[in-house]
Amino acid sequence: MIFRRLASPLHATRASVASLYCLALGAAALITENPVVLLAVGLAVLGAAWGARVSDDVLRAARWAALLAVVVALINPLIVREGLTVLVRLGEVPPFGQVDITLEALVYGAVLGLRVLVIVSAAALFAVAVDPDALLRLFRRVSFRSALTAVLATRLVPVLIADGRRLAEGQRCRADGGGSRVAVVRAVATGALDRAVDVAATLEVRGFAVARTPPRGGPSWSRHDVAFALSTGAIVVLSVGAAVTGVASAAFYPELDLDGGANVWLLGAAIVAVALLPFADRRGIAP
Amino acid sequence: MTALRIEHFTYTYAGADGPALRDVSLTVEPGEFVVLAGLSASGKSTLLRAASGLVPHFHGGDVAGRVVVGGLDTREHGPGDIAAVAGTLFQDPETQVVLGTVRNELAFPLENRGLGASAVARGVEEVALALGIETLLDRPTGELSGGELQRVALGASVAGRPALVLLDEPTSQLDPVAGDELVWLLRRLNEEWGTAVVLCEHRLERCLGHADRVVALDHGAVACDGDPRAFLDWAGEHAPALQTPGARLFARAGLRPLPAGVKEARATLRSHGLLAAHRPQDPTAADTAPAPRRARRAERGEAALLVDRVWHEFRGGRTVLRDVSLVFAAGERVALMGRNGAGKSTLLKHAGGLLEPSRGTVRAQGRVALLLQDPGAYLVHETVAEEASSAALEAEGLGHLLTRHPRDLSGGERQRLALAVVLGDREQRPAVVCLDEPTRGMDRGDKGDLALRLRELAAAGTAVIVATHDAEFAAAFAERVVLLADGRPIADGPSSEVLAGGWYFATETARILGGEGGALLPEEGAEILRRGLTVEMAP
Repeated sequence: MIFRRLASPLHATRASVASLYCLALGAAALITENPVVLLAVGLAVLGAAWGARVSDDVLRAARWAALLAVVVALINPLIVREGLTVLVRLGEVPPFGQVDITLEALVYGAVLGLRVLVIVSAAALFAVAVDPDALLRLFRRVSFRSALTAVLATRLVPVLIADGRRLAEGQRCRADGGGSRVAVVRAVATGALDRAVDVAATLEVRGFAVARTPPRGGPSWSRHDVAFALSTGAIVVLSVGAAVTGVASAAFYPELDLDGGANVWLLGAAIVAVALLPFADRRGIAP
Repeated sequence: MTALRIEHFTYTYAGADGPALRDVSLTVEPGEFVVLAGLSASGKSTLLRAASGLVPHFHGGDVAGRVVVGGLDTREHGPGDIAAVAGTLFQDPETQVVLGTVRNELAFPLENRGLGASAVARGVEEVALALGIETLLDRPTGELSGGELQRVALGASVAGRPALVLLDEPTSQLDPVAGDELVWLLRRLNEEWGTAVVLCEHRLERCLGHADRVVALDHGAVACDGDPRAFLDWAGEHAPALQTPGARLFARAGLRPLPAGVKEARATLRSHGLLAAHRPQDPTAADTAPAPRRARRAERGEAALLVDRVWHEFRGGRTVLRDVSLVFAAGERVALMGRNGAGKSTLLKHAGGLLEPSRGTVRAQGRVALLLQDPGAYLVHETVAEEASSAALEAEGLGHLLTRHPRDLSGGERQRLALAVVLGDREQRPAVVCLDEPTRGMDRGDKGDLALRLRELAAAGTAVIVATHDAEFAAAFAERVVLLADGRPIADGPSSEVLAGGWYFATETARILGGEGGALLPEEGAEILRRGLTVEMAP
C-alpha cells in the first residue's frame, strides 16, 4: 500500500489539508459512539476512497482490520461485567471467571469493532492518498530529527521488501535447501542496517543535515484545497457539535439507550454529504 | 579555484589494520574529466568518500593531510556543506533516491539549500531537461528502472549545479545501454556546464575516450596520473588487468599509440591501411546472423536442460517469454544476451524452478543450480565456513577464508562463495548451472577467474548458462550465444558469429575490426592485425 499520484480531487489537494481531512474522519469515528453515526463515517471513508480511486487499497486494509474488529467484538462481552440484559450465562470460564453474556456488552463490542474498522480505513486512505514527500517537508519545519527518521523509514520499506524478495529466492536456490529461520532473520536485520547506512549517506551528500528552512510561501490554494479544508471543518463541527450538544447520544450500560431519531439520521447524512461533496468538482485533478 | 585538491592524505577506517589511502596528493581543475582506475579494494571509493566529506565525518577513522573541495576544507566542513560545491553519486540506484517522485527527488537538494519555491521549480526543470528526464518528473521513483533511477540520482546530485561531481561506479548496477547513456550524460555536463567530473569505473573502455586524465590507485596510493594514453602504457607494464581490450589488441599486434576508444583505434588502423576507409553496408548482413532452429528429437532427448515452448504471461500484465524452445547440452557453455526486459532472468528462473511457465515445459537431467544477480541473497551466516561444506569451499578456492564474515569478502570472493553455496558438494553436483549477470561490479581479474571456473565446470559435464550484458565476458567464456528480444530468441549460434556481426552485442575488438574474421578477443584480433601488418610491410 503506497502513495501514487492519481487523478482525483483528494490527490490534487495539498498534503496538509488532505491529511487533516483524513484525520477528521478518523477523529469523527473516535468521538461518536452512536452506531448510526459511526456507520455514516464509515460510509464517508469508503465514499472518499472510491472518489480518490483507491477503494481497492482501502478495502484491502479494511479486510485485515475486520479480523481485529471481530476479535474486539467477541472479547468485550467476555470481559465486561456490565449490562442488565443477560442473554447467556456461561458460568465459570477460565481465565475470565464468572461470565454472563449481556446484550449491552455485545452491542458495545460491536460498536468498538466498527470503530476499529473505520479508523483503520481512514488511516489507509491517508496512506494512499496523501503525498508523504510533502508531509516530510511539513515535518522538517517542526522537527529535523523526526523528518530524518521518517525519510529513512519510508525509503527503507520498499528497499527492504525488494531485499526480502531476493533473499527468499536466494534461499530457495541453495543446495542445502536454505538457511535456518534465525539465520535468515539475522541476515535481513543486518541488511536493514547496511541499507539504512547507505540511505543515510545519500541524505548526507544531498545536504539534508545542514538543511536551511525554506522561505515561507508556496503555490496559492487551489479549488480542491479550499473544498477539502471546508469539508474538514464541517466534519469537525458536526461531530464535535453532536458530542457537545448530545445529539446522537449513546449509552450502553447498564441498559442500552441509543438515540435513533431523525436527528441522528440527519447528522449521519450530513457527515456523508460534507465529506463527499469536494469529490464532485473534478476540474484540474490530473497529475 | 581548484575543484578538488588533495594533499598528502592518508586515511584509516576505524578498526582497520592498515590505511585505505596512503599519502594521496592530486588536484582536479574546473572542467576536467578525471577517471579513477584501480583494481577492487585499491581505495577508489574511499578517495571519493574523502572528497565528498563522508570521510571522516560519516565513517570516522584516522586522517592525516587535507582535502579541499571548492575551497571548503573537509576537516572543517561536513558532507552537508560539501554538497553545495560537489555532487556525489554512488553505485546502488535503489538506496540513492529518498523521496517518492522524481520531481520531489530533484527538488530535495535545492530545498535543503533554502531556495524559494520558484527557484526550486526552475532548478528542477533545468536539470530534468539537461539530463533528458523531464518525462519522468511525475513518475513515482518506486516504478523506475535501474537506469532511470540512476539518472534521477545523478540529477539530484547536480541539481544545485556544483562545480564538481564525484561518481563511484555509477554504472556497475546498470545494463550497458543505461551505463553508456549515463557516461554520455556526464560528458555533456562536463562540456556544456563545465562541471569537473571524477569518475570511478571498472569498465574503462566505456569512459576512457571521454577522459582528460586517468588517476590509477594501487593499494591506496596514486600509481599513475596522466592522460589516457600514458595510463594505457603504464597499465600495459604494471597492471595488465586495467588495460582495455582495445589497448590489449594493439599491444599484442605491436601497434602504437594504444587507443583510448574505438574511434581512435579505427583511425590508427586506417592510417596503417589495416581497415578499409569505407565499407559499404551490406543490406543482407542481418540475414547472415544465425537464426534459432528447432532442435532435433535426438538432441532434445539428450539435453541437460530442455525448454520446450515456454510462455510466461503475467495475469493482466505483459508477456515476458513467448514460445521459447531451447536445448542445452551437457558441458555446453552458453551466454544469454539481450537488452533489459528481454526475458533473460525470467528464463533462468524457469530453469531453476523458481517460476512456473504459463504454457510449455522445462525439463532438466538433474539438479539445476541457479545463481541470481545478488550473491548476498544467498549468504545468511556469520562465517564463510558455515555457508557451505569445506569441500565446496575448497573447490571455489575459498579454503583460506573460512573464518571471515561473508560481508567482508570482495565482490569476486562473494560471487565465488555464492557459487559454492548453490553448487554444493561433489555428490550434489548439478546437471546445469545458471548465473544471472555474475560480472556486475567485478574487475577484469575477477571476471577472468570466473570465466576460467565456469569453463572447468563445463569441462566436467555441467551445462553452464550465463545471462550477461558483458560481451567481453561472453566472448571469453561462451561457445554459444543466444540473443533474446521481446521474450523470444532472435539469434542462436557460435559466439564468433553472433558477437562479431553486431554493433551493440559485440566486443570492443569486434567493433574495432568491424567483425573482421570473427575475432572477438584481443588475442584473436591481434593475430589478424599481425597478418595485415606483415602484408603491409612486404615489398
